[in-house]
Amino acid sequence: MEKKSLRMAYGEALVEFGKTNSDIVALEADLGKSTMSCLFKDAYPERYFEMGIAEQNMASTAAGLALAGKIPFYSTFAVFAVGRAYDQIRCSIAIPQANVRICGSSCGLSDFGDGKTHQSIEEANLMCLIPGMTVLNPVDAVETRKMVKAMITHQGPVYIRINRNELPVYTPSEGDYEIGKMTRIVEGSDVVIFATGAMVWKSVEAAALLKAEGISAEVINVSSLKPLKKSEILKYTAGKKAIVTADEQTKIGGLGSAIASLIIGEVNVPFEQIGIDDQFGTSAHSYEELLVRYGLTEKDIAQAAKKALAKGTK
Amino acid sequence: MANEALTKELKGIALQLRRNVLEMIGVGNAGHWGGSSSLAELMSVLYFHSMRVDKTNPKNPERDRLLLSKGHAALIQYAALCELGFFPRAELQRVKSLDGLLQGHPDLTVPGIEAVTGSLGQGLSLGVGMALALRLDQKPSRVFVIMGDGEQSEGQLWEAAMAASNFKVDNLTAFIDRNKIQATGRTDEIFSIPQLDRKWSAFGWEVITTDGHDVDKIIDAINQAKTIKGKPTLIILDTIKGRGVSFAENTPAYHNGTFDQAKYAQAMAELDAQKAVI
Repeated sequence: MEKKSLRMAYGEALVEFGKTNSDIVALEADLGKSTMSCLFKDAYPERYFEMGIAEQNMASTAAGLALAGKIPFYSTFAVFAVGRAYDQIRCSIAIPQANVRICGSSCGLSDFGDGKTHQSIEEANLMCLIPGMTVLNPVDAVETRKMVKAMITHQGPVYIRINRNELPVYTPSEGDYEIGKMTRIVEGSDVVIFATGAMVWKSVEAAALLKAEGISAEVINVSSLKPLKKSEILKYTAGKKAIVTADEQTKIGGLGSAIASLIIGEVNVPFEQIGIDDQFGTSAHSYEELLVRYGLTEKDIAQAAKKALAKGTK
Repeated sequence: MANEALTKELKGIALQLRRNVLEMIGVGNAGHWGGSSSLAELMSVLYFHSMRVDKTNPKNPERDRLLLSKGHAALIQYAALCELGFFPRAELQRVKSLDGLLQGHPDLTVPGIEAVTGSLGQGLSLGVGMALALRLDQKPSRVFVIMGDGEQSEGQLWEAAMAASNFKVDNLTAFIDRNKIQATGRTDEIFSIPQLDRKWSAFGWEVITTDGHDVDKIIDAINQAKTIKGKPTLIILDTIKGRGVSFAENTPAYHNGTFDQAKYAQAMAELDAQKAVI
């Protein structure tokens, strides 16, 4: 399976779409060589604003640009893009529904070496809490590019979170990304796994493990964390004996609770949640090591599926 | 050379704006009289003289932008927008009411309001963004941002101050309404920030200090700011919190205070007496 960098895809997409749309501008807080917004700087220096290490000002400045008709993308590490500028996102951007595009790069545990101050185990959940905010979580480089394209014309603020590491490329290159739509990656009949971001490929691998044991697992890519549509969820829970959710954020307010809250009382099958328990991250030499430590591997997902199915047979 | 007719007109408008604010607060409801009243002359000058305003189209792309970073003084901005005819006068009575047009802090739903402010410290950054966008579009429009002196303790303002001078945005003019009182007391006692003028000039701004209740001096300062190239300008306005109502002047209780029937009547009478002798 070919692997590609999502952040490279993000930077390249900004350049690609910035060529024909001169309203696109980019802001950065001294991490452009990491988020890859630096590619936009090279291509269109007059539309690139290096804001220094001052995320709060960057967020509100982006709002000012948007309110004056621009389409600003501001990028930095996810933990700072959201956590450092939460009230600015809330008041300057979200209340007026300004067309600001926020890129939280090195999201989740993907910045493995830098540890708990730089890893973000809660920022996607926080962004989902903000009224009117759209939250996107691409699985691969191809989907990242399509999402950037969709973000340009979308009305209202959008948050996109980008994994730091190269990830397998498996979504189709044709077609456009439709915000709010789930896609089926693996078809199955016993259990449905709703996953997001890097956890989708882990779920695909989990489905293969389950298949070897005679269990048919369906894998759904929830790359729009918000809007999260009940109709989309029900499409895939129909006929399944169990539900598993998998994301790389704290379980409190994560994908599992979001899905559960929409179907509670309507879909009565066992439900298991893969995510991070109430704790911060830690430094490691590789992303994979962290996924093992926090119970986010294909084996953990397969185990959760079996556990859920077993509950149903009791 | 001051134009006497203009001076008289703008002074009259300032008093009318104060009257509108008092009407909005009414009897028995808390309202931000103090920090609204200290801005009456500035609002009069900006909206009725210095700014490019289209009375028939609040969203005219060529307009100048005014952002009230000290969003709690929204009432004085509503007072001016109402006088411009941007919404019916009846809305003043419905301010802060459920389903009323006028929110407690500036909101984009109000014609003439350019951004959401009120969480202090964000307005200057919003202004920097607008100024950059207008410059990219080669528009002649200018951006004006009004900050409070209590608000100067917000760190984001200083991030924005550095950004504005880094980007050399000379289509941006900021004001500090130096009324010397914040929500719970005197600003120099709550959190002293001495030498504001030197701080801002060290951050790369042109700094002008003037009397915030003298319309001619405000006009001169704004005209001077328009001539400064290559950097933004800050105009520090020395003002009196609660100006125009004797018992409310320099009184922290009227930062967000309540008027009873007698106080309301006295306040209105004082404003009318001032208007009569312009």
